[in-house]
Amino acid sequence: MNLWRDIKGTLQAYAVTFSYLFRKPTTIQYPEERRTPAPRYRARMVLTRDPDGGERCVACHLCSAACPVDCISMQAAEAPDGRRYAAWFRINFARCIFCGLCAEACPTLAIQMSPEYEICKRDPLSLVYEKEDLLIGDGGKDNDYNFYRHAGIGVVNPRGGNADEYGPVDPGALVP
Amino acid sequence: MTELLITSILILVKLILVFAAVLGLAAYMVLAERKVLGRMQLRYGPNRVGPFGLMQPMADVIKLLTKEDLVPAKADRIMFLIAPGMASLIALLSFAVVPFSPPITLFGRTIPMVVCDLNIGLLYFLGLSSLAVYSIALGGWASNSKYALLGAIRGLAQLISYELSMGLAVVPVVLTAKSFSLTEIVVSQADWPNMLRHPLAFVIFMISVMAESKRTPFDLPEGENEIVAGYHTEYSGMRFGLFFVGEYINVIILGSMVTVLFLGGWHGPLLPPIVWFSLKVLAVAFCFIWTRGTLPRLRYDQLMHFGWKFLIPVALTNVLITGAVMLAVGP
Ligand code: SF4
Ligand code: SF4
Repeated sequence: MNLWRDIKGTLQAYAVTFSYLFRKPTTIQYPEERRTPAPRYRARMVLTRDPDGGERCVACHLCSAACPVDCISMQAAEAPDGRRYAAWFRINFARCIFCGLCAEACPTLAIQMSPEYEICKRDPLSLVYEKEDLLIGDGGKDNDYNFYRHAGIGVVNPRGGNADEYGPVDPGALVP
Repeated sequence: MTELLITSILILVKLILVFAAVLGLAAYMVLAERKVLGRMQLRYGPNRVGPFGLMQPMADVIKLLTKEDLVPAKADRIMFLIAPGMASLIALLSFAVVPFSPPITLFGRTIPMVVCDLNIGLLYFLGLSSLAVYSIALGGWASNSKYALLGAIRGLAQLISYELSMGLAVVPVVLTAKSFSLTEIVVSQADWPNMLRHPLAFVIFMISVMAESKRTPFDLPEGENEIVAGYHTEYSGMRFGLFFVGEYINVIILGSMVTVLFLGGWHGPLLPPIVWFSLKVLAVAFCFIWTRGTLPRLRYDQLMHFGWKFLIPVALTNVLITGAVMLAVGP
């Protein structure tokens, strides 16, 4: 009968809540206990360096173009050896939504998400990170990659001198 | 003359004791509810203020007292200011007739452990619980807000409906005790509690009491996902706090009522009577919290159907059958 089913259904719920009373809560008591985020956790970005210690960022503006909230800004500059770099590079973490699009857009693996999530500050202006705050000492998730060893720009090796690089194409050979 | 004086002083002392105990208990009931609910939902509940969060009630009181006391524009000012006080006051007044222990003898005097042993204590309690409707109705009406008004209307309909089944559920108890005095009712349960003698009446009374206390699954007057906070939407600060404390005092008083009417009051083996009484009240209060952690809110029409089409007919039948049986079996 329906009534019997209803009563049973109601009482079973009581048993469930009562048994939950004796289970360990799943809460993480934050300041004392901390969760260790997975390495791929998407929290604040860092700027990484290539294996030779140079800055990876070539100031191509792809990340700032990809950013849906427009919180990355930079000024491009060029060193005498042809290496491009950012004269200044700024991320406003008060606006960032940690979507990761900048890291996906970056051709040089320079900008990467890091698991550092504790960036609450009282003053919003202190959430504007400059290049010095963003740069870290190593290559982050992919330590061996060096953009200039694949790019065909004569910065690390002379043009055409890299292992996986084809020689310059003879335009005349393309004419039918 | 001295006799009168001593009696008055005794009543005053009992009054203060009951007042302090009930208010203290209400404050910690809030904490207990938050903790137990938390554990049922695999959380910890408040645990930051003091050891195990034990100072949380103080922090809450300070917070409520220092908040701004707002009166909405075009509200009926006087009614608006009075209503929350009524909520707590009426809940507190009911405690006057609750006997929490058998009379004790002190310096050759017999002192009844009840503030005022009315011979119609039960009717007094039922009357006061009807009066509790007023705080909701006035608070909701005087706020000049649609949500408060809707909550008040719901509260009115709900309280009046469930008052009926509550009144009908205590009839078998009165029949057994042959008295309206709560002390007599407890005495009549010396061998076994009314809960076993009238199980159906007990279940009906428990359900009605939960509806009376306006808590889940019957918290339609506040239904926060439909009407913000119902009748106390417009209240802030300590006035909201009074409604809030009133609710918890209500839980204690209704718990004591269940204890006195159905669980045998202070009767129990080994432990002193007052301890038994407190334990039973706390057990009923735990059931209230447990229910809140378990059941979702009813819909308004379900609430009305359940009250009028199920609870009241069953209660009426129960009264008839109990009366017939008692008539047949004899006194
Ligand atoms: S994570 Fe998203 S929002 Fe933040 S800087 Fe990168 S692209 Fe912009
Ligand atoms: S971080 Fe990457 S995408 Fe952004 S400017 Fe530098 S190289 Fe380009």
